[in-house]
Amino acid sequence: MHVAHLSLADFRSYARAEVPLDPGVTAFTGPNGQGKTNLVEAVGYVATLASHRVAGDAPLVRLGAERAVIRASVVRDQRPTLVELELNPGRANRARINRSDNVRPRDVLGLLRTVLFAPEDLALVKGDPGERRRFLDELLVARAPRLAGVRQDYERVLKQRNALLKSAAMARRAGAKAQLSTLDVWDEHLARAGAELLAHRIDLVAALQPLVRSAYEELAPGGGPTRLEYRSSMGEGVPLSGGSVAAARSATEGGGARATGGPLAAALLGAMGAARKQELERGVTLVGPHRDELGLQLGELPAKGYASHGESWSYALALRLASYELLRADGGEPVLILDDVFAELDTRRRERLAELVAGGEQVLVTAAVPEDVPDALAGSRYSVANGEVDRIA
Amino acid sequence: MYEGVVQDLIDELGRLPGVGPKSAQRIAFHILQSDPVDVRRLAHALNEVKEKVRFCVVCGNVSESERCRVCLDPRRDPAVICVVEEPKDVVAVERTREFRGRYHVLGGAISPIEGVGPDDLRIRELMTRLADGVVTELILATDPNLEGEATATYLARLLKPMGLRVTRLASGLPVGGDLEYADEVTLGRAFEGRRLLDV
Ligand SMILES: Nc1ncnc2c1ncn2[C@@H]1O[C@H](COP(=O)(O)OP(=O)(O)OP(=O)(O)O)[C@@H](O)[C@H]1O
Ligand SMILES: [Mg+2]
Ligand SMILES: [Zn+2]
Repeated sequence: MHVAHLSLADFRSYARAEVPLDPGVTAFTGPNGQGKTNLVEAVGYVATLASHRVAGDAPLVRLGAERAVIRASVVRDQRPTLVELELNPGRANRARINRSDNVRPRDVLGLLRTVLFAPEDLALVKGDPGERRRFLDELLVARAPRLAGVRQDYERVLKQRNALLKSAAMARRAGAKAQLSTLDVWDEHLARAGAELLAHRIDLVAALQPLVRSAYEELAPGGGPTRLEYRSSMGEGVPLSGGSVAAARSATEGGGARATGGPLAAALLGAMGAARKQELERGVTLVGPHRDELGLQLGELPAKGYASHGESWSYALALRLASYELLRADGGEPVLILDDVFAELDTRRRERLAELVAGGEQVLVTAAVPEDVPDALAGSRYSVANGEVDRIA
Repeated sequence: MYEGVVQDLIDELGRLPGVGPKSAQRIAFHILQSDPVDVRRLAHALNEVKEKVRFCVVCGNVSESERCRVCLDPRRDPAVICVVEEPKDVVAVERTREFRGRYHVLGGAISPIEGVGPDDLRIRELMTRLADGVVTELILATDPNLEGEATATYLARLLKPMGLRVTRLASGLPVGGDLEYADEVTLGRAFEGRRLLDV
């Protein structure tokens, strides 16, 4: 798939922008702070309904404007789909697909798939566990948009359950009898949504394992091997091997499309039972996918805290390249976005990365210095300066 | 800030659900510029609704007498109760013409975030209604969102020892939605396909 046209209104630094795009490689170059990343950020937003740089939507709306609009014409199997998103910070965002109003923003997920490489990716290796959980969950949603709902459900149950634990903790301290008659109900709902999320994460890690290893080997020959380890907050003894979704599905009543039952749901219920006293004291949920970690091993050592800067970069790139391979194998070639990554790499890795992505159906590259774009990525060129986007080659 | 009474009006309007400060201001100035007759009619309607409308002592639905129309109607099946969150959900279900039993309005759903627990809902009243054994089936029609589901699960567990037939509306209702916004066809179908809740 590819984006044939991008149109922005009051998005970031752009009052308006109309950018026609071709398949193949397109590079945006220009001095710092001119709006190159802003352009590709908008493309990424259409795919994930979130920025890769900030958590909320408010910074995406141009200073002084009330709302931002992103329009993208997405071509898949030669058929164009017009996606329009209106960002209203503090209120509900709105979406249109092929000019129809009758859609929710969530319905846009899946129409465009992207894999975005950015300097922020270093946090995948060096940052908090939350960064790695988000990496897994976003990839899950890119592969199966339905899981956005599972993720939301889980977050919501978690909030409700934490609120209950907190009020129970306070009531206890005040000497009153805790209002816990509904805790079992929330446990059950948390176990169901949690088991489904967990099963999909475990299977995803199994699928990524060989792809990350070979991508790292391509980028940094002889430097590995890499090993991904999913670590459950439930501790040892949780079945973490692949095939979790299938196992959970067959154990789910009705054997339907959802994977809410099975050994993982049982394990979560058991772990919550075991942690209940502690949870009541602290007023938070201590077990579940929101406390899990994706361990990144390099050779004998964990990458976090041990790997060099260059190794960490290669690891982050390998995670993104593996995502790309996975989405490709699912069918529907994703759009590749490389935001400012070449400046961070030495010549050899720069060229390797360029070779690995050069065959993509559409590759969008940003660089402050035109010479940083490797020769293997020749294609269309745009200059970005003073809020103007002009085709130069 | 505006002077005294104007600001008071804006503040009062701003307290209504779905009305933000900007809308409150817009409505206030609309009222200021309206014909006095129209404004008096609005004020009258507000007073009337507060004076005349009450909540049915049996089911908790809005009513102009002690018992609501549904509870008074002898043609409605007393053996089946449909449990909903709000009076507006009664209206939504009535629209489908699919249901011939009676209602029980809980007054919300369990939501610890908003500080709503089982004791804040009309659950004790429901248990009292079930005591004489006339009711044999309960349909749990709480909203198809997490809080509605949790409330349904809680009720199903509570009612299990009583040996009633307890069903939950079939999905097909948009998840994360509000019962009141479901269209008649979808809601009607959900009634036909309701499933036994086993907990
Ligand atoms: N909401 C906003 N309203 C107005 N301007 C904004 C907004 N958000 C960001 N900007 C401006 O956009 C510019 C940053 O644009 P962008 O990140 O795209 O730069 P860039 O061309 O990628 O630069 P670099 O080469 O340094 O990565 C900044 O000057 C910033 O002030
Ligand atoms: Mg940039
Ligand atoms: Zn009544």
